[in-house]
Amino acid sequence: MAKFKDKEREEPGISTASLPDIVFMLIIFFMVSTQPREENVLVEQKLPKATQLQKIEKTTPVSYLYIGKPRESSFGDAPKIQANDVFIDDSEIILFVEKERSKIEQYKQNQLTISLKGDSDAQMGLVSDIKQELRKADARVINYAAIQKGTEE
Amino acid sequence: MARKKRGTPEVNAGSMADIAFLLLIFWLVTTTIITDKGLPLILPPFNEDPEDIDIPDSHLFNVLVNFKDQLLVEGEGADIRELRKTAKEFILNENGDDDKPPTPQDAIISLKTDRGTKYSIYIRVLDELRGAYHELRAEYMEITVEEYLAFDEDKASEEMLAKYEEAKDVYPMNISEAEPTSIGGGQ
Repeated sequence: MAKFKDKEREEPGISTASLPDIVFMLIIFFMVSTQPREENVLVEQKLPKATQLQKIEKTTPVSYLYIGKPRESSFGDAPKIQANDVFIDDSEIILFVEKERSKIEQYKQNQLTISLKGDSDAQMGLVSDIKQELRKADARVINYAAIQKGTEE
Repeated sequence: MARKKRGTPEVNAGSMADIAFLLLIFWLVTTTIITDKGLPLILPPFNEDPEDIDIPDSHLFNVLVNFKDQLLVEGEGADIRELRKTAKEFILNENGDDDKPPTPQDAIISLKTDRGTKYSIYIRVLDELRGAYHELRAEYMEITVEEYLAFDEDKASEEMLAKYEEAKDVYPMNISEAEPTSIGGGQ
């Protein structure tokens, strides 16, 4: 019965050839679910928590205003407004809105949403000044950026 | 000389995973998770000198937040955790009280802060007030609040869309924000 004699066998190793495919799938997942960081945020950003969050529609043009204490102490302690990488004064908001409007297609210009990314420790005085300026600029659709609060809290 | 038998040489694929992991880490560092979520709001049009509008006191639900982040609801100190419940009771007015609006459409919530009020407290109060309305609307549409918040007008069936509009009509969200006071001396 020589035919059935056991051949010498090697231990089968686990093939790692498919590992790159798995990792690439992970990469693709992250590419789809994230967006590139567009601007450097120069202010502290601890977004407030809320429960009644609603998504901004994907098709609407959004501009961001960051509000908070500057990260670098050379800019002082008082909360500031940041728009597109620079600090602005609240009197410059109207100009900022106009600039943002000119960037988007005309038929969408009145849909421009201003998302206020305010730090939790910012004060309402500054926020309401901004709101007042936005009203003057007729950019009345705004959004208070916030993160989901756990229900158990 | 006898040659050894050679198999075809294989490319070592083990390090491919490392390369891919490097790419993955690069992506993680340079991107942010999409967080375009928040509390949407439409500001009233700008008006140089707003006219005084006479609104009966019973239609108004006054919420004041001072610079110490304390709450005053309808003239009484209140706990933020009770706010949603109180607001809902006010809007619905199930007992037909005189100091509450006759119909939910008449209810107006007036929110006033101080310049020194912390932004996070303001958001929390606004969140609770919006929550009250969302709960009422969701109840009207017979769905959960989560379903209401995720409601997509483009994907909804016509029947649900009609109900959604109806709920908005029955419980219009009238949250009026007054100019903040400056007692606290905030920036």
